[in-house]
Amino acid sequence: MTTIAELPGRALAADDNAAELAADEKRERQGLFVLCSPALVLVFLVVILPVGWLFWLSLYDAHDAFTWGNYTRMVHSGAYIKTFRTTFEISVVVTGVCVLLGYPLAYLLSQLSQRLAALGMICVILPFWTSLLVRTYAWLVLLQRKGLINEALLGLGVIDHPLRLVYNFTGTVIGMVHILLPFLVMPLYASMKTIDRDLVRAAANLGASPVQGFWRVFFPLSLPGLFAGVVLVFVLCLGFYVTPALLGGGKVQMWAMRIETSVNLYANWGAASALGVVLLVVTLAILYGLHRLFGLHRVLGPS
Amino acid sequence: MTPASDTQISHLGRLWLYVLGVLVMLFLVLPSFIVVPMSFSDSAYLEFPPRVWSLRWYESFVGSVEWRDATVVSLKAAVSTMVLATALGTAAAYGLHVSRFRLTAAIQALLGMPLIVPVILIAIGVFYVYARLGLNNTIAGLILAHSTLAIPFVVVTVAAGLKTYDMNQEMVARSLGATRLRAFLSITLPQIRFSVVVAALFAFITSLDEVIVALFISGGENATLTRRMFNALRDQIDPTIAAISTCLIGVSILALVLIQAFGRQRTPRA
Repeated sequence: MTTIAELPGRALAADDNAAELAADEKRERQGLFVLCSPALVLVFLVVILPVGWLFWLSLYDAHDAFTWGNYTRMVHSGAYIKTFRTTFEISVVVTGVCVLLGYPLAYLLSQLSQRLAALGMICVILPFWTSLLVRTYAWLVLLQRKGLINEALLGLGVIDHPLRLVYNFTGTVIGMVHILLPFLVMPLYASMKTIDRDLVRAAANLGASPVQGFWRVFFPLSLPGLFAGVVLVFVLCLGFYVTPALLGGGKVQMWAMRIETSVNLYANWGAASALGVVLLVVTLAILYGLHRLFGLHRVLGPS
Repeated sequence: MTPASDTQISHLGRLWLYVLGVLVMLFLVLPSFIVVPMSFSDSAYLEFPPRVWSLRWYESFVGSVEWRDATVVSLKAAVSTMVLATALGTAAAYGLHVSRFRLTAAIQALLGMPLIVPVILIAIGVFYVYARLGLNNTIAGLILAHSTLAIPFVVVTVAAGLKTYDMNQEMVARSLGATRLRAFLSITLPQIRFSVVVAALFAFITSLDEVIVALFISGGENATLTRRMFNALRDQIDPTIAAISTCLIGVSILALVLIQAFGRQRTPRA
């Protein structure tokens, strides 16, 4: 809103009005703040209160006695450590594959004409809008023992026996890469579009080979976008539930799945809460690191 | 050989990039679409291509009371979420845009929380709190939770729309005697409608496709479609789910087409 503070020249016109206008403006601000409050109430009820409550629960055992046990167990129990290791392994592999597939795609799209790039972006956005459950189901169908991929490979004589592609680590990684790839490509593409092409031309002009021009000029300039995508994918991996639960076939135990079984199978709210709190802290720490490095709103905001 | 671009590499020299790019695009798009022809197969093994075509699995979807009830619950929740999240999110975005309050950054961060906190944590937390409020297994509870998840998207999308809008137009309307509400509804809203429509569709899809929160807080007669699908998939690969998936893919594509249509309608004017 244009306030009198922004119009000093005009404010001098009427001193009487100045005080009244200031009061009006204050009242208006308070009134407009009210517009945010319904949304804030919902966020409080559904996110802040429950998460705060879980934090509280994580400090108590089954007999309502104060304990750090729910946290110390994570460091000592082999089952927990195995879950963490699986989660990090999958997150690293999925993020790595996403970079290997997503960087060339984003690079190609950033060089195409606007028309072709728009067409290519539809391929990235369409899966983004399609239900995660449907996409996981599609992979379940494609990768199963008698699924399309095994049948095709058998038919072509590439393999003699069906490969075990699903209900294991491989299936989980394939499904997660498919779901998370758009999260890498979109910020990366957006940041590549802002790179000044004259810099690459200048490098060529100064005698750089195309490969040198890419690695020494273009690639370093694309790093902030790449880093944003990598962090986003990695953080989303850490809390992934649906895809590993369905494609992992019980053999892949990830962080979020352990939280779910702690609640549904063991009704152990202390353990589930502590796992959730640590997951949240790790997520926030990684995002905060990204924010400090590049400015989160700049990286995630407009793209 | 002409260079492909300012990188000075010929098209042939980077043929591998084109091939890889196309393969990755196929990897992104094909898996979901392959379910569509499979859903019209007569076989229980989900053949591709189907040897005998039939609507058998669609009949089993529509014919089952459980699936039908779950669909109704999901649609009710999605439509209500769309209305509630769009209204609250638009109000919040507008409030943040015009008030320039000291706490704006803090409020923005709070409204972004549903996006940042891992969904599994929200799911068990809401389940715990709802147990005390008696909101578990109710549609109202589901709508509140889904609306909260959708609010960050609505706020960001509408805020982007407001950024390109000239607020002075609203000032003009008000100086001519319109109330703030009237000025917003008749001057501002029509001009940011594209953002609002995109936000609303996103809220609808967010609720319709949401799985994890629904797994915990929707149950009994108010179980959502995705919850039933998830639980069915844990047991076996039921071909009925291919038919339901095809319907969900259809809804997603419809939403995207609507956005494109609205965008095109808007461009010549802008």
